[in-house]
Amino acid sequence: MIYEVFRQERKGQAFQHAGSIEAPDERFAEWYAREQYGRRGESTALWVVPREAVHEIDDFVDELNRNYHRVDGYPLKEKLKEARERAGTSRAPAGDR
Amino acid sequence: MSEQGRAELLLEIADDELILGWRDSEWTGIAPFLEEDVAFSSIAQNEIGHARALYELAARDLGTTADELAFDRKPDEYRCSRLVELRLPGWEHTIARHYLYEEADAARLEQLKASDDPELAGLAEKIDREEAYHRMHAQMWFDRLQAEPRFVAALDELRPLVDLRDGHGEELTELWEQMTEVRRSQPAGTKW
Repeated sequence: MIYEVFRQERKGQAFQHAGSIEAPDERFAEWYAREQYGRRGESTALWVVPREAVHEIDDFVDELNRNYHRVDGYPLKEKLKEARERAGTSRAPAGDR
Repeated sequence: MSEQGRAELLLEIADDELILGWRDSEWTGIAPFLEEDVAFSSIAQNEIGHARALYELAARDLGTTADELAFDRKPDEYRCSRLVELRLPGWEHTIARHYLYEEADAARLEQLKASDDPELAGLAEKIDREEAYHRMHAQMWFDRLQAEPRFVAALDELRPLVDLRDGHGEELTELWEQMTEVRRSQPAGTKW
């Protein structure tokens, strides 16, 4: 059985994936997780989860290219520049001021 | 308890922990699977850490050092049990020894924790907090293997050795040679 281990570095912080371990059952998994991800004081808590309990989603349909949904895809800078030019308020480059 | 008596008791436990830690560490790199390799190596390290703490206390009573007690005695001066000195290349035997040792060690630690000697009781408390995890580990393996005839046979074979402390076998001498080889390569009194 493969178990995924998540660890929390400090109280209140989000848990992050630490790695995976192979173990014959839950008790062994917990023991091994403690040993591999908690022994050096590097974690305040661990989550030990059987791999099949983790539901993975990796399909994100975007047929219509709605790039405004994405953090990287909406070219605001260009659009702002065009709008300023139209309005005649385009600013000089920052370096000249 | 006299200082001498206390030192003897401490040496008995320290020798058990040192020799068992050494034997268990022989699985580092070749345990049945990676996670167990890490786990068992860590247990071995803990046992040697316990030995160090126990030797340090004994060394104070005897006016010597932990290193001298651990490495400068002759094999026949060690007070460890016959159980811990054996070289056991089979995993079923190793786990059987681990289980038997933890069982016996738990009883011994319970007695020490109840001692009127605060140093002894305090050290036993500390060690016991780590041993609790070793016991958990031994119990998990016991539960998994208890129906395996090879494991049952190993338990039967090793159980009588737990309390045998008079005399040692050839295997302790071999282990001692290995264990003290580096230290003996330098003149006595070398600072490490």
